[in-house]
Amino acid sequence: MMKMSDSYTIVVGLEIHIHLATRSKMFCSCELVYGQPPNTRVCPVCLGMPGTLPVMNKTAVEYAVLTAMALRCQIAPLTKWDRKSYYYPDLPKNYQISQYDLPIGSSGYIEISQEDGGTKKIRIRRAHLEEDAGKNIHDAGGYTAVDLNRAGAPLLEIVTEPDMNSPVEVRALAEELRRIVRFLGVSEGDMQKGHMRFEPNINLHIQRNGQVFKTPITEVKNLNSFRALERSIAYEARRQYEEFLEIGRTLQMGNKKTFGWDDEQEITVLQREKEEAHDYRYFPEPDLVPVRLTPEWLAEIESRLCELPLAMERRFQREYGLSRYDAGVLTAERATAEFFEQTMRLGAEPKRVCNFLTQAGLKIANELSVPIDRLRITPETLAKLAQMVESGLVSTTAANLVFEQIAREGGEPEVIVREKNLLQSSDGGQIEVLAEAVIAEQPQAVRDVVEENKKAKKALGFLMGQIIQKAGGQVNPKLVSQILQQKLNALKGKP
Amino acid sequence: MAGKIDELLVRRVAQLARLELSDQEIVQFSMQLSAIVNYIEKLNELNTDEVEPLAHCLPICNVFRSDEVLPSLTQERALANAPDAENGYFKVPKVLENGGGA
Ligand SMILES: [Zn+2]
Repeated sequence: MMKMSDSYTIVVGLEIHIHLATRSKMFCSCELVYGQPPNTRVCPVCLGMPGTLPVMNKTAVEYAVLTAMALRCQIAPLTKWDRKSYYYPDLPKNYQISQYDLPIGSSGYIEISQEDGGTKKIRIRRAHLEEDAGKNIHDAGGYTAVDLNRAGAPLLEIVTEPDMNSPVEVRALAEELRRIVRFLGVSEGDMQKGHMRFEPNINLHIQRNGQVFKTPITEVKNLNSFRALERSIAYEARRQYEEFLEIGRTLQMGNKKTFGWDDEQEITVLQREKEEAHDYRYFPEPDLVPVRLTPEWLAEIESRLCELPLAMERRFQREYGLSRYDAGVLTAERATAEFFEQTMRLGAEPKRVCNFLTQAGLKIANELSVPIDRLRITPETLAKLAQMVESGLVSTTAANLVFEQIAREGGEPEVIVREKNLLQSSDGGQIEVLAEAVIAEQPQAVRDVVEENKKAKKALGFLMGQIIQKAGGQVNPKLVSQILQQKLNALKGKP
Repeated sequence: MAGKIDELLVRRVAQLARLELSDQEIVQFSMQLSAIVNYIEKLNELNTDEVEPLAHCLPICNVFRSDEVLPSLTQERALANAPDAENGYFKVPKVLENGGGA
């Protein structure tokens, strides 16, 4: 398909809409809650009744500023509102209150993790606040049904520069942004509830015979999953390249085209476009006064910033010697990351605590659908439990059972271990007896070890396993290994 | 801008605003709007180099409410003025599967 001499770079910029986790709407006091009967969270303001006036939700403004700060944006000292006019049934006023020339944040950046473990900076062009539209339901039959519960919900729109060069990178940015807003607590970032929507702008820079050809930019509208985002970009790149081969279309040859994404067929579909589609006739919103962000107010908002997740992930790798994967799982949620750090401050062993949290911990938390810090286990009890494993008092397997019980029902590890008889034997005498018995029973394996042949390593593991099994699992493996080695060395004639 | 409000532009703006105008109205409005624009053009004669742009005509800012929920309308009342409704939804003529701005 690809001509031998061609190579191309994918160039993508992204628009992201994020639902802010305020209790009430942007400009009225209707409740923001998902999954209610249609048109039960509406009032004269969000229904666009004549004579009503919008009033700004202070928390929404603060959440937007906080996010813009986390994205290292310049914060506008004075920001204002503008009307964006278009006609659509889900927009009852026939205009959307948005921000045009004075967005809350501009010229920032976000750092994303690359596949090779490196970091890439993606520039943020702007971040502004606006209100969401309602929902049109098209499959209602011969008409369109409109639910305005969502109309007026606070939306943060973030626009990046075209700094991404692969579908994977775009996905990484979207996921990083989700992790950031969840860390900040400004959005639940629940994809199922449509808390994040994406619109990528895509084109190709094709290198052919020393020349660069740029394909026309296309925009894919309203993607609401990371998977659709990634796949639609991969699809568009292929489609644009084929179109270029076929008709040689380049950037100079036409306007931006808008596509939709067919999730079932996994293809982009050209949307019919009217010539005046992008004439939004912005003008200043006369019903709302400007927002002046004073230095004092900004300082107060800035004090709510936390360490950003990617920085934390990198620090966990550095400070605690964790793998990139482990550090990523621990910092996926702020609650997990903070729980881990609190346990670390009590002097516990990082990898062991990480395993408890990322395996049993997250499993149980998921099951109960609560964050990890809502489980009954505390950093203190976890540190104690980890220490018990470290000193050989309980096996890892037994400790996992104890963890699970404490996580669900609470309790102290020492007590549970005693009650359940999980203390493992560190009785050297008993282990010696068992080791001798196993050596007598397994002459072949013993020979493999003594001869130090190819099977030696496997045979040694087998003998260990046999002893532990005889002890009913409750035996300190370090001690078993030590005693077994001594006995086998004696057979080899070594000291 | 003077004289730029021709009939074509009036038709276009009317279309954007979903206004149905007769040919006679289009002629009439293009003349009236041109007169208004010409009048406003006079303001351009003022030197505003030293004047801060004004975002709003009132000298106030930061009018907020706290993030508190108050009761909404009932579904029945919300739909009371709707020309058509069904199953709790506003019912409108079928529209293209093409999102708006948001
Ligand atoms: Zn409302």
